[in-house]
Amino acid sequence: MSTRQSGELPLKSEHDIVLARQAVRRLAQECGFSLVDQTKLVTAASELARNAYIYGGGGTLQWEVLLEGVKQGVRLTFLDSGPGIANLELALTDGWTSGQGLGLGLSGARRLVNEFDIESTVGMGTRVTVTRWK
Amino acid sequence: MQGIPILRMGEFLLVTIQVDMHDQLAMRLQDDLTNAIAKKNAKGVLIDISALDMVDSFIGRMISDISGMARILDAKTVLVGMQPAVAITLVELGLSLPGVATALNVERGMQLLRKSLDESDVDPTKR
Amino acid sequence: MANKTSISQALGKRRSDIHSQWTKQLGSTLGESSKGRLSAAEVSQQAEQFLDRFNPAVQSQKLDDINGSEWTEVRAFLDDLSRRRVAAGFSSDETATFIFSLKRALFDILKEESAGDAAQLADNIWQATLLLDKLGLYTIKSYQKTREEVINRQQQELLELSTPVVKLWDGILALPMIGTLDSARTQVVMESLLQKIVETESQIAIIDITGVPTVDTLVAQHLLKTVTALRLMGADCIISGVRPQIAQTIVHLGVDLQGVTTKANLADALALALKRSGITFSRSN
Repeated sequence: MSTRQSGELPLKSEHDIVLARQAVRRLAQECGFSLVDQTKLVTAASELARNAYIYGGGGTLQWEVLLEGVKQGVRLTFLDSGPGIANLELALTDGWTSGQGLGLGLSGARRLVNEFDIESTVGMGTRVTVTRWK
Repeated sequence: MQGIPILRMGEFLLVTIQVDMHDQLAMRLQDDLTNAIAKKNAKGVLIDISALDMVDSFIGRMISDISGMARILDAKTVLVGMQPAVAITLVELGLSLPGVATALNVERGMQLLRKSLDESDVDPTKR
Repeated sequence: MANKTSISQALGKRRSDIHSQWTKQLGSTLGESSKGRLSAAEVSQQAEQFLDRFNPAVQSQKLDDINGSEWTEVRAFLDDLSRRRVAAGFSSDETATFIFSLKRALFDILKEESAGDAAQLADNIWQATLLLDKLGLYTIKSYQKTREEVINRQQQELLELSTPVVKLWDGILALPMIGTLDSARTQVVMESLLQKIVETESQIAIIDITGVPTVDTLVAQHLLKTVTALRLMGADCIISGVRPQIAQTIVHLGVDLQGVTTKANLADALALALKRSGITFSRSN
């Protein structure tokens, strides 16, 4: 598996979230994703970017364009050094709420992507990695 | 900061969301809208999202909130113009926006509002 | 350390011999299995074209890495060859035979040219083996890539063909589902149905599941997703073709149809849709 392109974007303000969405949209388009798949990836990115900003106190988005044999995909990693999530299992079930969330952020985003991975340590931060293949 | 314009169409109000929404803008819209409904005695609100190529849970919540607030002010909300890709994604995301009426476009939305107004004139419990 | 110039020397000096031996080898290995898909003349020409590109690449002395720019022409040729073989219905090993049969011809010529220097010959043959194995593997990979692309395209076409959306009347669409309803199918169904809703400005969609063999929890979920998506776009849904057994299954599974009306057959569904649209027909006597 080889990485063709990659980059990093800050998630330190509402405006950053907007920029991140636009960047993900461009990436998905360049990889030739169908309109529905583009929308799914951008929406997942919006959810996760918002999480990193609002609950994580600000963070970073790392993106990569992937090429695995014939398959092409986009991998997004959302990092923050916020309070972390104490009960991951709970957070991943529908309807869980903390703060102002609708409680759908993580579980919903998971359904929109092909691969979903999350690591979180209380007091240290959270890392969510999602991948969508063409 | 400039808010989103609210147009008056007879007894109804029309809001067209075109820009990327963020917290402040959403708060501002809710403020402006509730004030406008009260001031103009509007009976219905049309939210046009035909320009949005993405709706996440934040915007979904905003729409639900607006619908709820409008209802308390005795106005009905109709969400119009959702793009197919957005609808498919919202469903996958797990959002179905219950309690928010929908229509294909502004014209249909107005028809829906007028119809429900007529019905509730006859039977007030039918709001 | 092999004297790399020997392979390129042999190639440069004895190219036409290599070509004729190679085509003879190809003729015997590919001959029967080709079943008329490939003529002797075509084989000869392809071998010629390959050597046209192989020669300069070998002359560059960069024999270890076939991904470099010296080998671009060769790779492009092999990609094209694989594509043609896939289209003609050859298998992957029949395709790779093109490269592997070059070994015999090359080894024979190398033996003749090495003039009794056994160590030199061994080195050269090893070098040639490594190179041709890499090219052979590349050919197989390229073949597989083309095959996958063909299969994907065919799957997509099949999915689209099996989910036709029909306009029954102004504002009323029907979608006869035939076969199993899985998540890939549901995606395609939702996309084409919603698109048609926008195009025709329809308000009612009738989904007929007469042709769906079983309705289990997953199928019910997929149906409900479609119903929800339709609702978000301001359209109503009627599900027709609900056999008594399915009605039982739905109740036993505890599926909540969320107010979607179901009808036993398409005709009843259409009648309901027309009524909801405020359309009446009258018979003229």
